[in-house]
Amino acid sequence: MTRAPALPAAARAIVSGDRRVLARVLTAVENGDPSSVPIVRALYPRTGRAPVVGFTGPLGVGKSSLINALVGHLRARGETVGVLAVDPSSPFSGGSVLGDRIRLERKADDAGVFFRSMASRGESGGVAATTREAARLLDAAGFDYVLIETVGSGQVDVAIQEIASTSVVVLVPHLGDEIQTLKAGMFEIADVFCVNKADLPGADVAKRDLSDLVSLGTGRGGWAPAIVATSTADRTGIDELWGAVLAHERFLESSGRRIEEERRRLAHEIVGLVRERVGSELTTELERDPALRRLLDEVAARSIDPRTAANRLYESRSARPRRSR
Amino acid sequence: MTPSAKEAPIRVLIAKPGLDGHDRGAKVVARALRDAGMEVIYAGLRQTPEEIVRAALEEDVDVIGLSILSGAHMALFPKVLALLKKEKAGKIPVFAGGIIPDDDAKRLRKAGIRAIFGPGTSLEEIVTTARKLARGAA
Repeated sequence: MTRAPALPAAARAIVSGDRRVLARVLTAVENGDPSSVPIVRALYPRTGRAPVVGFTGPLGVGKSSLINALVGHLRARGETVGVLAVDPSSPFSGGSVLGDRIRLERKADDAGVFFRSMASRGESGGVAATTREAARLLDAAGFDYVLIETVGSGQVDVAIQEIASTSVVVLVPHLGDEIQTLKAGMFEIADVFCVNKADLPGADVAKRDLSDLVSLGTGRGGWAPAIVATSTADRTGIDELWGAVLAHERFLESSGRRIEEERRRLAHEIVGLVRERVGSELTTELERDPALRRLLDEVAARSIDPRTAANRLYESRSARPRRSR
Repeated sequence: MTPSAKEAPIRVLIAKPGLDGHDRGAKVVARALRDAGMEVIYAGLRQTPEEIVRAALEEDVDVIGLSILSGAHMALFPKVLALLKKEKAGKIPVFAGGIIPDDDAKRLRKAGIRAIFGPGTSLEEIVTTARKLARGAA
């Protein structure tokens, strides 16, 4: 399964539009295959160009159908688009059924669209751990826009805002009263609110509740989130939705927020990568530490509590001279 | 926690070529493969061979499962195989399920369909075969 071609040929192939190589390197990235690291590294200077638009919201609100409608909208304008659609992995078997493709309508030979399904692989937050790097590969491959569909998810699945330059929160009528909109989490990350299935009764109430929320001053960095009503059944509101996305992208540019946001995301990413490495090294080291077994006896016998044991283990480690790496 | 420490999940495309509208069997198989830890890309109903091959390549799957009840298997399955070959992806193994008469099944196997499951095949057999095909061990 380690089929990812080596650098620099693979990186060159991706840039020149080879979709097979792109697909294989995406697999390598998803699998944490070390062969993907130099490719991703080589392509990084070519990223940061395509707007990355994330779509999040509860399951069944129509995210896949909206993305399909937007793909059609963009293709009609001659724009190219790469899509990543994330669905959950089973916490039991690790398997998943990735079903977002069934909404996709496009000509089978249209090279202007690339659609890839991703399993969340144990990550909470609505995207996979590797979705960010996957989005960068699509960016480097030259697509004008990258669209990401998150796991149809709950109130706190806000990881998409660590990846997307514009986050669209998709809702439908009758999801709950306006108190729901005051809760922390999903409502806080919206740059655009989309009330989908607006052909159903109650869409006006949902829009009004959202405008009340927006008028209270939600949104980040001086942007008041746009509110758009759409219906993929009637194909209405799709232009407006994309217009709102582009308006936010223009705002990022004109306000100088783009660079600020980018730096914030990159800092999180870099710190997260260091934390991951330190964490796994530390875990290995501590699990092998003979002091752990002694402390475990004491904790199991209830003579010390777990936190005291943890403090002792940590301190005994810091007291030891560091091995040079 | 490094993903490379574990074996990467098998990716499998399940698709229904042609015009029949019954995908209950395909869904049951998709579910069984999921429960066996595979990542199942479910492409759904009424797929053309071109769409199926495109999906298999974009999703970089290890194995493809086709389901058909309409009787058009002798036209559609070889088309999928031919397109895979044309795309230099003839190595991706293809298995099939549905209502396929024995004589047709023989010819399809000869044409390159790696396994054919008729009505009454156990899910366990399908899972085991799909795994072997994906790992290149069948």
